[in-house]
Amino acid sequence: MAGSNAPHVDLSQAMTTAPVSAADWLIVAPSIITILGGTIALMARKNTDAQPKVAMLFLTLLVGANGALLLHVLQKGVVTMVMGNWLPPFGIAFTADALGASLSLIASIVAWCAGLYGAVTIDGTGRRYGFYPFLLLLMTGVSGAFLTGDIFNLYVWFEVLLISSYGLLVLGNDRIQLDGTVKYGILNLIGTNLFLIATGLLYGHFGTLNMADIAMKMRELEAGGSVGPLAAVAALYFLAFAMKAAAFPVNFWLPASYHTPNVAVSAVFAGLLTKVGVYALIRVFVLIMPGARDYFADLIAVVAILTMITGGLGALAQAEVRRVFGYLVIVGIGAMLAGIAVGSLQGVAGAIFYAIHSIIVMTALYLAAGIMQLMGGSTALRKLGGLYGANPYFAGVFLVLGFAVAGLPPFSGFWPKLMLVEASIDAGRTWVAFAILASGFLTTLAIGRVWIYSFWRGGPEGVADGCAPIRLAPAAELSSPALWVPLLLLTGLVIYLGLQPEALLQLVQRGAEGVIDPSAYIRSVFGEP
Amino acid sequence: METGLSVLIGLFFAVSVYLMLSRHLVRILLGIAILGNAVNLLIFTAGRLTREVPPLIPEHLYTLVTETANPLPQALVLTAIVISFSFFAFLLVLAFRAYQELGTDDANEMRVAEPEDDPLPPQGY
Amino acid sequence: MNTIIFRTIAPYLAALMILFSIFVLLRGHNEPGGGFIGGLIAASALAIYGIACGVTSVRRAIRVHPMSLAAFGLFIAALAGLPSLVLKQSYMTTQFVELHAFGTQIDLLTPMLFDLGVYFVVVGAISSIALALEERESD
Repeated sequence: MAGSNAPHVDLSQAMTTAPVSAADWLIVAPSIITILGGTIALMARKNTDAQPKVAMLFLTLLVGANGALLLHVLQKGVVTMVMGNWLPPFGIAFTADALGASLSLIASIVAWCAGLYGAVTIDGTGRRYGFYPFLLLLMTGVSGAFLTGDIFNLYVWFEVLLISSYGLLVLGNDRIQLDGTVKYGILNLIGTNLFLIATGLLYGHFGTLNMADIAMKMRELEAGGSVGPLAAVAALYFLAFAMKAAAFPVNFWLPASYHTPNVAVSAVFAGLLTKVGVYALIRVFVLIMPGARDYFADLIAVVAILTMITGGLGALAQAEVRRVFGYLVIVGIGAMLAGIAVGSLQGVAGAIFYAIHSIIVMTALYLAAGIMQLMGGSTALRKLGGLYGANPYFAGVFLVLGFAVAGLPPFSGFWPKLMLVEASIDAGRTWVAFAILASGFLTTLAIGRVWIYSFWRGGPEGVADGCAPIRLAPAAELSSPALWVPLLLLTGLVIYLGLQPEALLQLVQRGAEGVIDPSAYIRSVFGEP
Repeated sequence: METGLSVLIGLFFAVSVYLMLSRHLVRILLGIAILGNAVNLLIFTAGRLTREVPPLIPEHLYTLVTETANPLPQALVLTAIVISFSFFAFLLVLAFRAYQELGTDDANEMRVAEPEDDPLPPQGY
Repeated sequence: MNTIIFRTIAPYLAALMILFSIFVLLRGHNEPGGGFIGGLIAASALAIYGIACGVTSVRRAIRVHPMSLAAFGLFIAALAGLPSLVLKQSYMTTQFVELHAFGTQIDLLTPMLFDLGVYFVVVGAISSIALALEERESD
């Protein structure tokens, strides 16, 4: 407090004196909007009719703010805002670069879709238990994690999104959900504790938590030729984020829990949670400790290969649509890890592109699984069938998504896979390239089987093929546009990004350049040298 | 002082890992509680341990004169304590509910989400 | 637990504790204290009242659901950072006005609003857990 008794204190030593433009406020806008929206929705918990409207209003605002932020970042370069006007590295910095801003935008679009979809599939009980407040607070954590420039703050956002995800996961209070949440909850909590240990050790070493500051000091240290005890810190970070991202062999919580909640919840989880882990890996290993990334590159490559292959095999072994998709999420994580293992500009850009593609397509697939459940009355492959006869357009949409997730052209999954394969061959990691292609093959088999069994054949098991398609009693919800708009929007994005990838390619290139060469990031935090 | 605490932290980690390797939910939760405390102690120790010197900057100066304990790790620990406390409370209630519904606290027997006799997927195309 | 002495004294005790919690909350302005510890004291007041007079009467006494209380706290805590937008400063930058009333100087700061938010978050979150556990005991 600058009272009248302390006129001799030079405030510019500790605080920013330059005015902060309203455009810079866009960095914190996503977090503020979602906190305000989430708390309003939580206060209006009993009013189940008003909740979707309030939540959709704030989610639309969120998409708008993220879009404006991305434009601002593309025009001005990396932007930083330090909380409370303190000078970095003392204040908590929010730093938005092309990587964070683009992921944040895609995440908010996906949340918007899931929110709209949830207006149909989440009943009054689920709303009273707080679907919309938790969704908005989850987005607080996700946007905060993408936009923060402080590593302890990143931990706090991880916890915010974790506690909201617990709430979403046990929404229905069923036996199966309790079972899934126990495993998800305990393993993820251990993961964030590992993250905290690593952060504590890192702080003990550098005496700072600001990512730009650490990146700078880390490079000085590495120029001196020693990584030393920091290899242990990096190993802890890798384990923690690999757990969050569901990399093999610490991914068993994902197939155990992702098929248990309501599909709208599964869709958000599949789209966002694991990608936040991948984002943190890119941030920490490429931006902050490039030396440690080089040191662990072989390990990351092995983990990536195993994640892709075991994920693909796991998907083949499932008889339930949502559990197949759970394993497909894991396959995608492996591909992103491959990009980090390669570490070249193209590799990291491919990983970011793949993350964006995976956010869109996995959410869309889970939304489609929900519609399949409404149409066919089940998500078990044996009990599904004849959906093509019920709605051929939906079968076409599902096929598009299936092609995209398998990485077949001309959809959004093709380009990042191409970049990753090319980058890994360039880096001499042919095994990684082989694993990416093989996992694409396994994915094609798994998703093809889902399509053939639930759409193409005449009816469920026991119904002779070729007979007249059984008339399924259409569920009343199926006519609601709120169910179809999100799915079609995301499918449209998948097709658009497949046919017109140039804009996104440039964006992810910029994002990758920004983390590989952190000078712009550091300059944004500390000002011109 | 730091050495002694380091040994204690190591002991905490060992105990928590041992407890978390158990199949019983209650022990796993106790392990998590101890893990949280181990981490907090670790961060606390990383901020230097000195007795009774408040980290106050005298008037007309910009930096500290004497060596003091770093207050920032204590702020971090405070945050981490609040977070781990709320998570522990949530997980306790969750484990209790799971025990009520599933009738077991043995992780090996909690197979509702992934049933043991899961049917194989349909073969062939 | 449910003796007549305890039941008679609990409402007064709870009221005193709430008063003390507000004192601690405001004391956090310049001295040790603040929203978190104040919130804990208030939450334990509600818990004591709940043990003595039953959870239903606590829920009736606070009128709104504890979770709504917590949400309200988070809401005003987030709002507390907003005034600096108008003054072209960063989020959460302290703003203050000095009032002169009753012959003394009263400083009103945005961190106070934030602290009030923390108070409500803690009261709401802790008491909702405490009340849920007390309810379980009774049935």
